[in-house]
Amino acid sequence: MTTKLFGEPVRRREDLRLITGRGRYTDDIGHGALAAAFVRSPYAHARITDIDVDGALDVEGVVAVYTYEDLVGPMAEPLPVLIPHPQLTAPRTGYPLARDVVQHVGEAVVMVVATDRYVAEDVCDRIVVSYEELPVVVGVDAARAAAHAVHEDVPDNVAARHHQETGDVEAALAASAHTLSFTQYIERSACMPMEGKGVHAVWDHDDASLRVHTSTQASTSVRAAIAAKLQLSLEKVEVVAPDVGGGFGVKIVHPWPEELLVPMAAIALGQPVHWAEDRREHFISSAHEREQRQEITVGYDDEGRVTALDVRGWHDNGAYTPYGIIVPIVTATQLVGPYAIPVYRVRIDSVYTNTVIVTPYRGAGRPQGCYAMERTMDRIAQDLGLDRAEVRRRNLIGKDQFPYDHHLTFQDGRPVIYDSGDYEGLLDKLIALVGWDSMDARREEAASRGKQLGVGMAMYVEGTGPGPYEGGHVQVLGSGKVLVSTGLTSQGQGHETAFAQIVAHELGVPIEDVEVTTGDTRRFGYAVGTFASRAAVMSGNAIALAARGVRAKALRIAADVLEADVEDLEIDEGLVQVKGTPGASIPLRTVAVLSNPLRYAFDEAARQATQFAGPGDDSKPPVAVGDAPGLEHVDYYSPIRSTFASGAHAAVVEIDPTTWEIDVVDYAVVHDCGNIVNPMIVEGQVHGGVAQGVGGALYERMAYDGDGQLQNASFMDFLMPYASEVPDVVIDHQETPSPLNPLGLKGAGEAGVIPGTACIASAIEDAVGRRIAAMPISPTELYDLVRDPDAERVPTREGAPA
Amino acid sequence: MKPAPFGYADPTSLDEALTLLAEDGAKVLAGGQSLLPLLSMRLASPATLVDINRIPGLDSVAVSGAGVRVGALVRHADLLHHAEAARVQPLLARATANVAHPAIRNRGTTVGSIAHADPSGEMTSVLALTGGSVTVATPGGPQTVDWADFFVGPLETSVHGPAVVTEAFFPALPPRSGTAFEEVSRRKGDYAVCGAGVTVTLDEDSRVTAARAAYISVGLVPEVHDLTEAVAGRTVAEADWAAAGALARTLVDPDGDLHASADYRRLLVGVLTERTLARAAEEAASR
Ligand SMILES: Cc1cc2nc3c(=O)[nH]c(=O)nc-3n(C[C@H](O)[C@H](O)[C@H](O)COP(=O)(O)OP(=O)(O)OC[C@H]3O[C@@H](n4cnc5c(N)ncnc54)[C@H](O)[C@@H]3O)c2cc1C
Repeated sequence: MTTKLFGEPVRRREDLRLITGRGRYTDDIGHGALAAAFVRSPYAHARITDIDVDGALDVEGVVAVYTYEDLVGPMAEPLPVLIPHPQLTAPRTGYPLARDVVQHVGEAVVMVVATDRYVAEDVCDRIVVSYEELPVVVGVDAARAAAHAVHEDVPDNVAARHHQETGDVEAALAASAHTLSFTQYIERSACMPMEGKGVHAVWDHDDASLRVHTSTQASTSVRAAIAAKLQLSLEKVEVVAPDVGGGFGVKIVHPWPEELLVPMAAIALGQPVHWAEDRREHFISSAHEREQRQEITVGYDDEGRVTALDVRGWHDNGAYTPYGIIVPIVTATQLVGPYAIPVYRVRIDSVYTNTVIVTPYRGAGRPQGCYAMERTMDRIAQDLGLDRAEVRRRNLIGKDQFPYDHHLTFQDGRPVIYDSGDYEGLLDKLIALVGWDSMDARREEAASRGKQLGVGMAMYVEGTGPGPYEGGHVQVLGSGKVLVSTGLTSQGQGHETAFAQIVAHELGVPIEDVEVTTGDTRRFGYAVGTFASRAAVMSGNAIALAARGVRAKALRIAADVLEADVEDLEIDEGLVQVKGTPGASIPLRTVAVLSNPLRYAFDEAARQATQFAGPGDDSKPPVAVGDAPGLEHVDYYSPIRSTFASGAHAAVVEIDPTTWEIDVVDYAVVHDCGNIVNPMIVEGQVHGGVAQGVGGALYERMAYDGDGQLQNASFMDFLMPYASEVPDVVIDHQETPSPLNPLGLKGAGEAGVIPGTACIASAIEDAVGRRIAAMPISPTELYDLVRDPDAERVPTREGAPA
Repeated sequence: MKPAPFGYADPTSLDEALTLLAEDGAKVLAGGQSLLPLLSMRLASPATLVDINRIPGLDSVAVSGAGVRVGALVRHADLLHHAEAARVQPLLARATANVAHPAIRNRGTTVGSIAHADPSGEMTSVLALTGGSVTVATPGGPQTVDWADFFVGPLETSVHGPAVVTEAFFPALPPRSGTAFEEVSRRKGDYAVCGAGVTVTLDEDSRVTAARAAYISVGLVPEVHDLTEAVAGRTVAEADWAAAGALARTLVDPDGDLHASADYRRLLVGVLTERTLARAAEEAASR
């Protein structure tokens, strides 16, 4: 059968469009619209004392200028706290335009609308905002010290104290044969999609309806937010995510101020308004992630088995908490990874700083958790003189222990119960893939070239595909075309291809006949969004169920026509046929025509469904009771809880001990995301994730100075790795299906990035023999570390403690 | 990130260009690879851009025994691939290979980067190391300015008033000499964290008579450091290149920035000096 495409490396059907410049992004839509631009705060913390727009109003082309004073009703209220949580005791959000106080450089203060973006920026230049500077808090340590408060009414700067524990950790530590404690840091980075945010809004005055295109990961929820904030009825608002040039998490946050202000202006002015974020705006007014301080105490026995783990963390959430405490919760709950930790306590304070907000960036707290856990494993190994892989092996959850309950509560409010996995299998494959056991020879060979070689590994488990639900709609047209839609958005991952494969496979039609639409509320109104590696699990399964519904209906109708039993029918290549009886068949497109009894024939196909076309059964109504016209079906998938994907990475680094340049020479990935719809897409996701992992480990950071100025807010100084910095990645797959969903899928979107920081830190430490306690690390920092007489030395080889 | 309003002119002669440049706030536009980002970020807002790309006669590389003359419209990529020029002065290709990425080298001009006087640009230091000069068209006629008189500070030259740098002259590599160029950058194609260009000259007995270096992203203006004393009179095999590196470290005064501390730059000056001098000496011995 040619249509069984599930699991095949089908080429991404969206690529031709996207890589030949035929993508249709928000900025490609609506030429001639008015353009918005923003005056943003140049100070990290300040009181606005005056906004003088007089000099701006005579610029030719200015159309409107808005400040907080112009916001009415719900728009004048703070932006929503999207994900409330009982432990988020002091949530704070900003206003669409700053009111009185600005809390970070880049916060929007004034919106200008003009005939084009050039003019709009000219106008911005002429607006004079006066500020009275307030004390600035930058970094977790300053936030924690709380010498100054970010929000006046939150004097300790603590937004939330997240706390989970699975037993009496103090007693368990006291009873442990060994304990060790250490503190480590991880820095900020950011999603940095190629396309920044963008919004285009059109108000249809006659219809009193609004259409918004926005570069979002959650169009249905943006729609609801716009309706609520602008006091419109939901059915009068349409939101479309067109081609989205990358998201990586930043576009799941919503409504961004611009997603409300641009439609507001379009309605007020009765003209289309457009805004495209520029790169500097993206740096200073969207979102970052990753900064944490972690204090870890671990207890373990003589064999290196963990007996207790106590993690005290501080998480920098930036100036506001619109996305709640998802990131620290994910760190807290995913930290334990593939290991059986008998007693675990985690306490993470989420603290305010006068910096850009912190919301999920691919990995969403997991890289930090992995960094904590995996560096702990390395330390245990070093302390006991054991091989780092062996210590991990001794702590792994066994293959026979699933479902495995960690007795923690995940970000979806559901228990952290691992559905399935084979972690020892991952480790075995990784050891073979990277050549873990033959590193000594490689070290020697590298040394003969004057290089220090080191290897590190890191394992992770990733909760993917959280609910509450996604839906899918599948419809076969009389032309034979199969329309598929889901409300979940796409930002380049290959959903069009993967979802088409699922439908082609489930329905038995050629993939060429399948057309997929995502993230368009006109087509599908119910959805949650694209985040947490959930698209394949959630929409994939929903679409599969919808396709199965269509198949059942098609067989029912065809059985009537062919006078056969449903059980005797099959569908292949778009043809419904009686098994083993060539010729006894009917094309699916004809079934689609017949599924919709017609009075009017508008074409040849339709004629077949009209009242005099053939013998009808006049004892029954044309549409059976309980049935609906049309060969289509909508279905939803709502999981009991998340599925848990897993993986293991190893990095081999070479360090030049004269210049301290760090080169990742090998990178090995073993990856388990359950059943795979399309291995080529999964590998692409892993490659991209690894690139971001390398970026986070060696290149990217947000260089805030003490005044809260981001000193590297451009691609000149924010160093995203180029292709030349990303190592070749070798991948081995393991497929442990999830028992929780019909297709046996687990998510794959974020995995690649999670262990990067942990395993590269381990590799560098292995190469240079100095403790790495802060990541990322650059050559200049490595040089400082190796020549610091106080820097902690570590044994560079297993079995040889210092 | 849209530039403030500016005027644009594309003269077809130098005289016309100089007239246009006499206006307040007029600025030369060559490859635009440094200037246009400054405009887009509104860090510069010239009144008029005087685009010199349509002026004839500025786009050639002229090679003679004396050296290489590079016209104002010669792109980095042209120079990189100019075999004749590389033969007469090998530093040209070696250094331009380190300038940015191919797309930028295809547009950015070598003379523009010298006129821009960015201490993190490669070609300013190469002009210095080779003892080169520039020719400047002014309303009073062409002037030749020695490199040492040209660079005044970061992004600042001694040329004021209406002027177009029409060419840069890089003297030929002297006999029995060799060169090398190497840099450390955070990512391939980035501006150097530290770069070093060197020349070594030997006498008839293959003993070092001169060793000189110029650095990239070290100091405010290009400087040529004479390292001869550390290795003078030694043969290529005997010379203590590490000593020359150590000497170089004492001569430079780098600054720290986001990507490198001053100390780290100093370290790199030593390492790169040692490496490049050894290679340059090998080359000198084999010529
Ligand atoms: C991403 C990126 C990376 C880069 N990396 C490097 C690098 O690693 N090393 C490096 O050296 N450069 C680098 N550059 C800069 C590049 O080399 C530029 O081409 C060069 O600096 C300027 O040349 P241009 O022709 O583009 O000049 P323009 O940008 O057109 O002009 C630059 C300045 O010089 C003036 N000017 C130009 N030509 C003349 C002239 N003939 N007479 C008088 N004034 C003139 C202009 O008025 C302007 O002030 C990089 C640029 C980018 C965008």
